Formats: sequence, structure tokens, C-alpha cells
Amino acid sequence: MASLTMVEAIRDALAYEMERDERVMVLGLDVGRLGGVFRATEGLLERFGPDRVVDMPLAEGAIVGSSLGLALSGLVPVPEIQFLGFTHQAFHQIGPQLARYRFRSRGRYHCQVTIRAPFGGGMRTPEFHPDAIEAQFVQTPGIKVVCPSTPAEARGLLLSAIRDPDPVLFIEPQRLYRRGREEVPEGDVTLPFGRLRVARPGSDLTLIAWGAAVELCLRAAQRLEEEGISAGVLDLRTLVPLDVAGLVSEVSRTGRAVVVHEAPLSAGFGAEIVATLQEECFYSLDAPIARVAASDIPYPTGPLEAWYLPTVERVVEAARHTATR
Amino acid sequence: MAGYRVLDPEGNLLDGAHPRLSLEETVEGLRWMLLSRAVDARATAMHRQGRFGTYSPVRGQEASVVGSAMALDPSVDWIVPSYRELPALVRHGMPLERVLAGYLGKGKAARIPDEVRLLPNQVALATQLQHAVGLAWGLALQRRPGVVMAYCGEGASSEGDFHEACNLAGVKRAPVIFVLINNQWAISTPRSAQSAGELHRRAEGYGFPGLQVDGNDLLAVYEVAEEAVRRARAGQGPTLIECLTHRQSFHNTTDNPRRYLPEGWLEQAEREDPIRRIEAYLAAQGMWDDATRAAVEAEVIEQVEEALEAALAMPAACPTDLFDDVYADPPQRVRRQREELLGRTED
Repeated sequence: MASLTMVEAIRDALAYEMERDERVMVLGLDVGRLGGVFRATEGLLERFGPDRVVDMPLAEGAIVGSSLGLALSGLVPVPEIQFLGFTHQAFHQIGPQLARYRFRSRGRYHCQVTIRAPFGGGMRTPEFHPDAIEAQFVQTPGIKVVCPSTPAEARGLLLSAIRDPDPVLFIEPQRLYRRGREEVPEGDVTLPFGRLRVARPGSDLTLIAWGAAVELCLRAAQRLEEEGISAGVLDLRTLVPLDVAGLVSEVSRTGRAVVVHEAPLSAGFGAEIVATLQEECFYSLDAPIARVAASDIPYPTGPLEAWYLPTVERVVEAARHTATR
Repeated sequence: MAGYRVLDPEGNLLDGAHPRLSLEETVEGLRWMLLSRAVDARATAMHRQGRFGTYSPVRGQEASVVGSAMALDPSVDWIVPSYRELPALVRHGMPLERVLAGYLGKGKAARIPDEVRLLPNQVALATQLQHAVGLAWGLALQRRPGVVMAYCGEGASSEGDFHEACNLAGVKRAPVIFVLINNQWAISTPRSAQSAGELHRRAEGYGFPGLQVDGNDLLAVYEVAEEAVRRARAGQGPTLIECLTHRQSFHNTTDNPRRYLPEGWLEQAEREDPIRRIEAYLAAQGMWDDATRAAVEAEVIEQVEEALEAALAMPAACPTDLFDDVYADPPQRVRRQREELLGRTED
């Protein structure tokens, strides 16, 4: 066990996999000499050399598209896209190419590629840097979508992602990179996909989130407890595959739920969760399921984001309303 | 139209030209070209009968496709196609019956066999060039033999992926050959509307050689491609080859070129037909005459008919084909969707 921040845990997972499997390589913008803009790849160039830690030309489409080809040649690329919002310029190589390649080739080829990308707000970053566009990739079958919420989760899920024979989009909540430390297991400790985590048990209602919104929900649950409301928090961990059974089991128990995400409300992944729950456990529900999400506007820059993102207050308010209906 | 030539448009060897293909190899190349034309005819007829999906004929571009592919060694080299390179795929080892099975809408039957170094056809234009560069770079990183030949058209050269792929290939000195088949038309959009500059000259900006070749001259295309393959094998990096040729037929079986081809364009293209040119050359060398042509044509038609029969006999697509090759380990929800479909299709 070591006490690590999330970015350290990610770096540790990368180094561990590169040590274990010589096919694994990282590539992206500024990942070599600089160690990445968040230093997630710091020290890897010195340790594994320029053939396995590659500073790429500034072209997101080429980072993903060449990763697909590298995978077909037998390597295991772990490209970093500097921010998830920069995948706007690589989307055509992710959804229509990487995700579909096994299908298009009728199983002849598969793409063992894990795209890492920081995302999410709260950092006062410039335009595009915080975009939470994860739901777009849920609509492109063939790629898994994974989002950790703590340092130990990040390490275990990233090891699983890199070993998955199919492509994985691994999105990292940037405001949690250095938020706190946690004891992180060393060695070969992987976490499974498609199994949600109960981040906090609760009996009155269930808050459902992933990534940085999990931390937000935990703070809201703390506040709710002070008001006498017992709110549980579920961390989805993986949007694809989705742990439908886990969701149904937890929400059936409380009968009330609130979904929280940083992406715009309309057609966000929260809509999928709500639809799934009403299909699967409608008669166990005691109140309409609420959503706390960003507004249906472009992500604003600078201090404006405080009015855009879900807040503890908004989650508490929605939970209070849901718990008492 | 010009570009590098070994033969003049009438099929005469240019002064001082020394073809690198032997006469026997040239006959083999011509045979591939005739096979391609026979497939075009049969596939178009099958589409008209409602039995084939959309088909894009190679007609007019056979020398560009065959001449470039003949420079490859199928036991180590890779082809990354767009969608109009059929004879190259077959020459590289893809069984013709599997290609035809694809047009019949069959599932697994159309899969590329494991031993054939070929990627699937690509219709998101120029995206495949990025894959080709990654593949070539990966082979080089692993010190594995083999070069990658990637195809695109002049229309695809306007895509951002063309630039990104060429740029990365140059930086990594990847063993890749970009074969840009400039057939003058992207459906109805003429070459002049694609770019104000010369396409092959873009290579200079990426730091590797770019050549323009008469794409209707089998011997010239082969020579340029062979040199590019030699350079790539020797670790000297990529080459861009622009083949100037014509799309003598429609874009695909849904297209009607009469709506946009200028008067006389097609007739001019047919006068520069690549098959006629190489036949004239071989005839002058005493290797080709009407009787030989009739015999080879009968042979390739027979080959197409046999392949078509084999394709028709292959197993039809089945509902499980939808689900079997999306994930190695499908999400529970996808497994359930598969079971639901199977339940609906049982009777």
C-alpha cells in the first residue's frame, strides 16, 4: 500500500503495465519530456525510452488513428488525449473506427487501445478543456467507457482497461487528480468492469454518479445526514458496460434516486439511467427519479462555470425533494 | 495528362525505357486487369438484378491498382484499401469468393482469412491512412519485416486525415506507401474542385518523395511502386505516388455520371484505356494476340463464375452475426439483446 493522489495512481498503473508487458506504449501530446500536462506520464520516458513513450505531432485524429494501426501491428497503445474536449477532433477515429473495427472486420481484428483523457469542470480551464462528452461515446458501440472516482479506483480500473482486448475510453476527472490521497494497493490488483461501487450506503434514497460527481454526492450525502436523510451514493465506474443489475438492486431497496452528472441534461447519460430504472423497477419506485445536471448550453469559461455545474446545494435540494415526495 | 511513363499512350516503349516487369510478369499483370474488368461486369449485373449490394467498379484504374500491388510481397507486406482496389486484394491473397460473398451480404463468409495481410475496405475516406501509418510504424518498432501500401483517391486527399497521416508518416519515417489514385472524379466533383495545388507535390512538405505517374501505364506504376517499396524496406520512409487515371464507369452502382460528365470525357478516357495500352505493348513483343486474349478472357470469366458459385454456396448471414464481433466480452445488456433477437428469429 502506498498513499497516492489520483494522478500518481494513474502514473503507477502505466508504469506497472509497461513493466509487465513490453507491448504497452504511451503516446500523445507532451507525454514524454514534459510528462504530460498533468504529469500523469512523468518519468516514463526516462524509464522506457522514446519508442514506448512518444511525443506526437499535434493531431488528435493521428494519435487515435495511428494507435489503431499500432494495435493491429501487435502493440498495446495507451494514447493520451490532452483533454476529453479535444476528442472533438478525433471523434471520427474513435466512434466510427476504433470502436467498430472488430465488427467491420468480422472478428479478424481487434483493437487493444486505451484512450486516456482528463475531463470535467471546476478548474477554470479554457474552452473545451472541461467538456463532459462521455455520453457521445456510449452511442458508439464497441468501445467501453470507464471513469474512476478515487486513486485506488483509478489504478485498478486502468490496469483492467489496458488489458482489455477491446478499446476503452478512460476518462479522468481532472479536479480529482490532486484532490486527496488514498491508500492504493500495489501489484496486480485490478477492478472489474460492469460492477458499480457503493461509495456510501444509505436507506432513504440513492444518489447515482461517476467521476467527480461521486465526490459531490458524498458531500451532499453528508449534509443530508445532518438533516436526517440517509442518502446512499453509487459510483457507476463504467458507463459501458453498465451494471444494470447493481442499479436495480440498490434503487429497488430505497425506492428513490437522483442522478448527477456534469454533462448537459438533455440526452445525457442520466437519461439512460432513469429510463433503465423505470423499465426494470418501476413498481419499486416511490418517487420520480430526479436529475441534477449542467444546463443545455455550451460549457462556459472561467468563473461562469460555477453557475453551470451541479453543486452540493443543487444535489441536496433535489435529494430533499425526492425523499419527501 | 502525363506523369512518369514507360509506355506512350499507344503502348510503344519510350526511348531508353527498360521495363522492370518481365514479359511473363506483364502478362500476369494484364490477367489481373482482365479479371478485374470481368468482376466489374458481373458485379454490376448482379446489382442490377438486386442480388448484390452497392458496387464500385475499378474500370479504368486497373493499371494503377494492379501495378502498385504487384510491387508487394504478400508474405510480409500489408494492403490498407479504400474500396475500389479489388484486384489488389485478390492478388494479395484475399479469396475472390469471399469478396463476392461480401457483396451478397453474407456475414462471416466475407471475413479476411487470418493469413492474409489486408485490412477491411474503408468508406470513411482517408481515415484508413492513419491506420496504415500506425501499422507501418508498429512493424518498424518491432523490427518486423513488411511495408504497408495504403490507397486513397484524390477526393480523400482533401480530408484532414490525409494531412495528419502523411505528416505522422514523415515524422516517424514509417514504411508506408501512399497510393493516391487520381481518377479525376469524386462522384460528381471534378479534380479541379478538390485542390488548387498538385497533389503529389504535397509530399515535399511532409519531408518525403512524391511522384506523379501515368496511372494507365502498368509498367510505369509498377516501377515507381517497386522503388517506393524498396525505399520503405530499407528504412528510408514513406512515398506518395499519385496515379493519374480515369474512372471509366460510375462512382458506384447507384450513380449516374451522365448528369455531370462533360461531353466527350468518357470517350477520351477510353482512348487512354490501360488494358488496351498494355495489350499493344505485349502484342509488339510477340506475347499477345486476339487468340491469347480470347483464351485469357474465357479463363477469367470462368474464374469469376466459379467464385460466384462458391460465394452463393457459402452460409448466409445469420442474426448472431450482428452480435458476435462487437466485443470479446459483451456487456450483459448486449447479451440480452442478442437473446431477444434470437428469440424473435427462431421461427
